[in-house]
Amino acid sequence: MNTKQDYDQDLAEIRSMMERSSKFLSLSGLSGVLAGLYALTGAYIAYYMYDFDPASANSSGVETEIILLALLVLVLAVGSAILLSYKKAHKKGEKVWNSASKRLLSIVGIPLSAGAVFSLILFYSGSIGLIPSITLIFYGIALYSAGRLTFIELSVLGLLQIALGLNAAYFTEHSLLLWALGFGVAHIIYGIYIHIRHER
Amino acid sequence: MKVSVNDLHKAFENRTRLGIMSALAVNDTLDFNSLKELLDVTDGNLASHIKTLEKENFIGVKKTFIDNKPNTKYHITQEGKTAFEEHLNILEAIIKSQK
Repeated sequence: MNTKQDYDQDLAEIRSMMERSSKFLSLSGLSGVLAGLYALTGAYIAYYMYDFDPASANSSGVETEIILLALLVLVLAVGSAILLSYKKAHKKGEKVWNSASKRLLSIVGIPLSAGAVFSLILFYSGSIGLIPSITLIFYGIALYSAGRLTFIELSVLGLLQIALGLNAAYFTEHSLLLWALGFGVAHIIYGIYIHIRHER
Repeated sequence: MKVSVNDLHKAFENRTRLGIMSALAVNDTLDFNSLKELLDVTDGNLASHIKTLEKENFIGVKKTFIDNKPNTKYHITQEGKTAFEEHLNILEAIIKSQK
């Protein structure tokens, strides 16, 4: 004869299994903070050291340096996210590469690839002023969809990036600042929130 | 609704089988290895529980090949979904009635 505790335990395990098998909760809050710091540093270097302004970059002649800088920021941010997720999953005795993370990658992969190709097209056609806006919007769409498969707060961050991206498209003269707000400041706030809310 | 523990389906008495059903309820398909990692059980153990659920027609199997290696994917059937939801309702009702 089963007791009430057994049934409670049954329900608890069902809930936990549903969440563990469908959600990727090893995404580390700290990696959000790091990504934000890389982005802010990148934007700072671009603006103050290379005097880069997307609104008038057509003739500034530092495009190669800026592209390399952007790639460096991207590699550092993605690298930290993978490394810290790996550590967090390992601590919980789970694997990083599971059905939930595969699904998460396939969902963010499409909008991010489309955004990357779109940015390249803008770059080669000389419409550099729109690139901060496009990266924000496509990244926001990716995050918005990803939220259902990990922390739902990621969807809120996605909506914010989309809003900043639309503003950056209209106020192109402030697009670098808006980009720094989205990829820098918003990431840091999100990361701290996730850390306080889910990781302590 | 008057419920009793006798209404609970025998197939769900086992925690591993309950785990398989929970995981398949929220995923379109899962392969053998994913299930094994989620449930932390041995190959033989998992295979026998899967067979039980298959016999009840609660889960279905689809065999494909990836790089010439067999890849078996499992999904929940409509029958399995209904039975699982029913099981959850009864569990909740029992817990409520015993409070």
